[in-house]
Amino acid sequence: MRRQIPLLITLIVGAVLIIAAFIPRAPFGRLGENFSLYFDIIAVFAFLLGGGNLVRIHGARLVRGVGMAVTEAKKGGGAWPLRFVIEFPFLAFGGLKDRRGRDWFFSLITLLGFFAMLAAGLLKLGNPSGWQGNVTAPEGMFQDFYDSMFNPLQATMYALLAFFVASASYRAFRAKSAEATILLVTAFIILLGRTPAGAYVTAWMPESLSFLTVPNLANWVMAIPNLAGQRAIIIGIALGVIAMSLRVIIGIERTYLGSDEK
Amino acid sequence: MTNGVNKTFLEKMQAIDRRVIFLFIGLAVALPLLFHVVFTEKITPIVGAIYDRVENLPEGSKVLISFDYSPSTVPEIQPMVDAVLRHCAARKVKIYIMGLWATGQNIADETISRVLKPEFPAYQYGEDYVNLGYKSGNQGLINVILTDLKKMYTTDVHGTAIDSIPMMAPIRNLRNFDLILSFGGGFPGMKEWVLFAGDPGRIPVAGGVTAVSAPQLYPYYPSQLLGLMGGIKGAAEYESEVIRHYSRFENSSHPGIDMMGPQAVAHIVIILFIVVGNVAYFLTRRREAEND
Repeated sequence: MRRQIPLLITLIVGAVLIIAAFIPRAPFGRLGENFSLYFDIIAVFAFLLGGGNLVRIHGARLVRGVGMAVTEAKKGGGAWPLRFVIEFPFLAFGGLKDRRGRDWFFSLITLLGFFAMLAAGLLKLGNPSGWQGNVTAPEGMFQDFYDSMFNPLQATMYALLAFFVASASYRAFRAKSAEATILLVTAFIILLGRTPAGAYVTAWMPESLSFLTVPNLANWVMAIPNLAGQRAIIIGIALGVIAMSLRVIIGIERTYLGSDEK
Repeated sequence: MTNGVNKTFLEKMQAIDRRVIFLFIGLAVALPLLFHVVFTEKITPIVGAIYDRVENLPEGSKVLISFDYSPSTVPEIQPMVDAVLRHCAARKVKIYIMGLWATGQNIADETISRVLKPEFPAYQYGEDYVNLGYKSGNQGLINVILTDLKKMYTTDVHGTAIDSIPMMAPIRNLRNFDLILSFGGGFPGMKEWVLFAGDPGRIPVAGGVTAVSAPQLYPYYPSQLLGLMGGIKGAAEYESEVIRHYSRFENSSHPGIDMMGPQAVAHIVIILFIVVGNVAYFLTRRREAEND
């Protein structure tokens, strides 16, 4: 029964949603709408599941890491708490030999961040309107955390991409074969075409050859070869999704239910 | 001996330390910002399509703007949002704000406080613009509000009942909007708006995405996607066009235009590094062939 009921639910919901897409009239239209609504309600519970999972994984890593760090500190003999404090930078930042215990300090930071944001949001700490106020009120602690921690940290992480992309481009774009040369030339066109420099470089070209200017070439690359490739990928993915969806609805694909082992 | 020294040099040029590249990229971004290097932008058809649609909307038209991004992509996306918001407000259209991303709600609040409230004091909340906030459900949410918006949104972001907000009275579902603008670059985002709202509801969908996401959306343009702003360049093009037609925005912030200088120089530096790597590679191969 533990497997049959979910399979039955999947079959009914999947079949109704497919029929509703082709026959959007009663009762399928209404049923399709309601099933989408149920999905939205279930999606809310995914947050609880996600949060619980994060606490479980990082909690276990933290307990294991701290345990190993304490054992390491005790090895030296004497007053181990003092040794733990002295050796903290070593023990906290990847110094432990057993890699299962490493990075426990980052798990601690993750959990502290998670619970601090959760408390600030749920209890609306510092919110001038109290419980009735908007969770993102500018004076609230939740917004403070968001503005002064989350926002700059995320922006910093993304900004680092510019440096890595530059380094990766330099290493990857080598004209070692015909295919690599095509990729290299395309990269040049797009890199120049996405900046005003592209227009300046080919500004001298006569009107009759305007199609050869870098911005026009960049637009052509995006609108013709890129479009063709993307469309092929999209159609391929769509066919794969249809096949997989049918397997799930019919009940051939059951991996989403977990294993049979108890 | 000379040959050996040259070979070593060429080998070095093929494997420049990444920290050297990082330093050059850092300078390529910082120096144009310090010296305020600015270029003029010419609008491309794919961005111009969005501008023209907004420009031709009659006063009082209903535009839905979805904030589907997080602070990580704010530098790329926010300039587009600011420019479009200014344009919409200048056209006196009704602006409905929502978000498929939880982080979008904060960004929407911040955008309203920074752009709409100070620059358009006559714009009244509930009459001219409303913030519906974030709701979970991704494409499932779009699927529901395509037929019944009030099933998911019973209040706005401040907890005010939807039915007591004047500008929500004519809205029953997504089909009541004249234009949907999505800003983001990940999932859920513009692709979901096209597939679950634009296509089935025959509603014009457009917006802006990060530069890396833009190529994936080209297959939908122009039949399913009205227009597309890709990265900082898209933002700079839109900003330039808005400033060209509305001189009152000349003194407003235009980060898209400002960031095109650093982007141009950084791209040129990347190209130079690629050229150096390839020249060194070919010279090494030629030397090896001569020695053989």
